[in-house]
Amino acid sequence: MATASAAVRRDWLVGYTMVAPVVLGSLAFVVLPLGMVVWYSLHEWNVLANTFTFVGAENYQRMASDPGLGDALLATVWFSIGLVVVNIALALLLAVLLNQKLPGTTTFRTFFFSPVVVSLVAWTIVWSFLLQADGGINGFLSVLGAEGPNWLRHPTTAMIAVVIVQVFKNVGLNMILFLAALQGVPEELQEAARLDGAGAWRRFRSITLPLISPTILLVSIITIVGSLEVFAQIDVLTGGGPGNSTTVLVYYLYQQAFRFNEFGYASALAVLLFLIVLVLTLLQWQSRKRWVFHEV
Amino acid sequence: MKSDVMPAPAPGRPGPSAPAVPPGDTRDAAPGPARRPPLGVRARRGLTRWLLVLLLAVLSLPFVFPTWWMATSSLKPMSEILRRVPTIWPQDPSLEAYGRVFTLQPFAQQYWNSLYIAVLVTLGTMLVAAMAGYAFARIRFPGANALFVLVLVGLLVPSEVTIVPLFRIVNSLGLINTHWPLIVIPVLGAPAVLAVFIMRQFFLGLPTELEEAGRIDGLGRWGVFWRIALPLSRSALGAVAIFTFLKSWNLYLEPIVYLSSKENFTLPQALTQYVDAYGGPMWNVQLAATTLTVLPVLAVFLLAQKQFVQGLAHSGLKG
Repeated sequence: MATASAAVRRDWLVGYTMVAPVVLGSLAFVVLPLGMVVWYSLHEWNVLANTFTFVGAENYQRMASDPGLGDALLATVWFSIGLVVVNIALALLLAVLLNQKLPGTTTFRTFFFSPVVVSLVAWTIVWSFLLQADGGINGFLSVLGAEGPNWLRHPTTAMIAVVIVQVFKNVGLNMILFLAALQGVPEELQEAARLDGAGAWRRFRSITLPLISPTILLVSIITIVGSLEVFAQIDVLTGGGPGNSTTVLVYYLYQQAFRFNEFGYASALAVLLFLIVLVLTLLQWQSRKRWVFHEV
Repeated sequence: MKSDVMPAPAPGRPGPSAPAVPPGDTRDAAPGPARRPPLGVRARRGLTRWLLVLLLAVLSLPFVFPTWWMATSSLKPMSEILRRVPTIWPQDPSLEAYGRVFTLQPFAQQYWNSLYIAVLVTLGTMLVAAMAGYAFARIRFPGANALFVLVLVGLLVPSEVTIVPLFRIVNSLGLINTHWPLIVIPVLGAPAVLAVFIMRQFFLGLPTELEEAGRIDGLGRWGVFWRIALPLSRSALGAVAIFTFLKSWNLYLEPIVYLSSKENFTLPQALTQYVDAYGGPMWNVQLAATTLTVLPVLAVFLLAQKQFVQGLAHSGLKG
């Protein structure tokens, strides 16, 4: 008995040793910083002036009356909605097309997926080159006889540009997830509907769409959460401008911290961002449970 | 946009391109196994399919064209780049921009920085995640669940949330403008959590018979892990390796926060630095540097496409 217990304890020790790196790492680089960011958010802290004073909830009160934050949240909402709608619609269209066993499907799938492996900054640089007033996009439009706008210099077109660049970068990933879901739709159901005289659109709407809707929900939430973390694209493409039209929440946070040295206020913004992501992620897990249940 | 792929025409509503159907034909939507669809329907089906292929080809332009444009423009002189109507192929290709990539910045050094950091992060993450994933899946030690939940918190934290305190921590350790934070934090911190999760899921789905056989043969826990479980987990480790490498290779926020001197920069950060005295981008040089960054990864992707797609689909599920 005593020896067995010793063996079990030795096994436990192996377990603790194996998980020690991530557990200690999580404490040092996730839990501790989260605690610190909450603590900082209760302080007025200017690095340049070297002041660090406890101000309680002042930073949070400031949020309520900060027009810059209001604009940033609005930009975030526009960006997220635009991204999710365009991304999901395009991903679904591409997945459906690739699921038709057309000639060249493998090659097209490679094309659509390839931007996913391209460095984000590299991809954004190429697009910022294409989106210049005299860049490739407008050159192409002028060949067609149309006059393109100076994309990155007008608030609306700049936001559209940021969304489009991000969509083409990552839509391939969602396309793959949808393709997997589409291939899980039973062939017999489609066949039965065809026997009943349902057209392709009708079959898509009444059979395919309901069956893959859990995946659509899951992918939408993932895409929204991902859209909140958009940073490099904004920094390279627009720098948050023109004006502050593309300054989304994370970019606003970055500016407050590393441009204006307002570390206390930036920390309060970080807490806000964390809460938003937390809620959305819990929703995602909830929907994943339903997804799994759905398949059983 | 969604056209009929397998058209099933309703009676009394003949399609525009199916005039050859005799009136006596019932035009049943369900052709029997022995009956071929009427000629008109077959022709239309073929036409629809080719239209769909055409649609796919048009849709693939914004995915493929930027890479093409990047590579060809890097061979053009500035005068040709700024031409109003773009040239598809450089009229007078030159490698001049590639030379300037290396003279304007220590680009070779920056390339090496990105490469060695990404390799170390990838190897470190594979090891750490395999160990933790195995222990969380197989060993029933007290507190395992609580510790796993603690680790999972990392999945909820975008890097922007903790960047300020991490900057303070790194600063107080005197490690600003070194590569340490770019190596140690991803291996042990939030970015590694997804890898731990994927490895744990993999080991949970792995039958235990082989490991039990190993134990009977006298292997201890470590022996079973190293000699049996780890070799069996190659596919999951491959997925982890691919998305970890790409994440590190593409990291942008952390380098611009932690690094300040050009010889320490990593590639994504270095790419943005090719600007002239007025802050305007030197397009051909910038695109040449970008091409050098992108093409090797694209080449590896084309060689190991299946692994890339699977590996990244895993990471995509986290978002």
